[in-house]
Amino acid sequence: MGLNNIEILIEKYENGETTLKEEQQLKDYFSQETVEPHLEVYKPMFQYFLATKQEQFTKDVPLKTKNTYALYKWISVAAVAVLMFGVYIQNTRPSDEIDPVLAQQTMEALSLLSKNFNKGTNSVNLLSSNFSKGAENIAYVGTFGETTNKLLKNN
Amino acid sequence: MNQAEFLNIVVPFKDKIFRLAKRLLVSTEEAEDATQEMLLKLWKNKEQIQNYKNVEAFSMTMTKNFCLDKLKSKHAQNLKIVHSNYKDENTSLQKQVELNDSTEWVAKIIEELPHQQKMVIQLRDIEDYDLDEIAKMLEMNNTAVRVTLSRARKTIREQLTNTHSYGVK
Repeated sequence: MGLNNIEILIEKYENGETTLKEEQQLKDYFSQETVEPHLEVYKPMFQYFLATKQEQFTKDVPLKTKNTYALYKWISVAAVAVLMFGVYIQNTRPSDEIDPVLAQQTMEALSLLSKNFNKGTNSVNLLSSNFSKGAENIAYVGTFGETTNKLLKNN
Repeated sequence: MNQAEFLNIVVPFKDKIFRLAKRLLVSTEEAEDATQEMLLKLWKNKEQIQNYKNVEAFSMTMTKNFCLDKLKSKHAQNLKIVHSNYKDENTSLQKQVELNDSTEWVAKIIEELPHQQKMVIQLRDIEDYDLDEIAKMLEMNNTAVRVTLSRARKTIREQLTNTHSYGVK
């Protein structure tokens, strides 16, 4: 490759007019050990371009995360299902155990209680009427006291 | 589409995504995160991938937009991307590919360029894309790409000439 040719290419290169093929020629030329002194300045440029192209993305491609998300989703769905089942079991157990015989006995006991309760209420009523009679008598005693006071004053 | 098919599509250009992201975000970690983000986005839209004419160009556009958004939000928060790994990363890279001081300078010069020029240089001179493809990826027209490219190349060359003649290494 003639020097003239390279100089022409360099000029085209700086104007952004070179094709990819011509740029490859330039890259080849500048990867030589020795270049013309007045073109020395371009050497690091092209070397840098070639060197940078070697750099690679070394981390893993992060695709697995997606699957674990799905797994977590299904685990949470299962957990909710188990929880709901547990709540259902807890709620339904008492209503299952209503025993007709026991219910009958309870009713009888309750009616017995209410009968006796009524009796109690009657005696309380009796008591209260007697109590008011007593209160009237006490009122008479009060009147007696008043009259006695009058008698004492008159004396 | 299963994982293997997806990887077949993605593997040829995942490094290109990473390098473009690194060109814009500078820090290696940020670029790695951005690349993973892009791949995840592609994976989530894997059903639509078949409908895209050019998955690679689409991904590059997506990467560009993502990185620019990221830079914008960093800028708005008044935070600069910390790239303390800059020097270490460079020396290790230096060992790997036998970079010398001057090529390190090229990296620094490119870092100083406007985003648009950075991306055009990256896509053209490093990834060897066609001008039409670049125009599509960057959502510019063909002439604008050519002008930007020419400007970027000239700037790099001028800056290199300066550092050489002043010996400010």
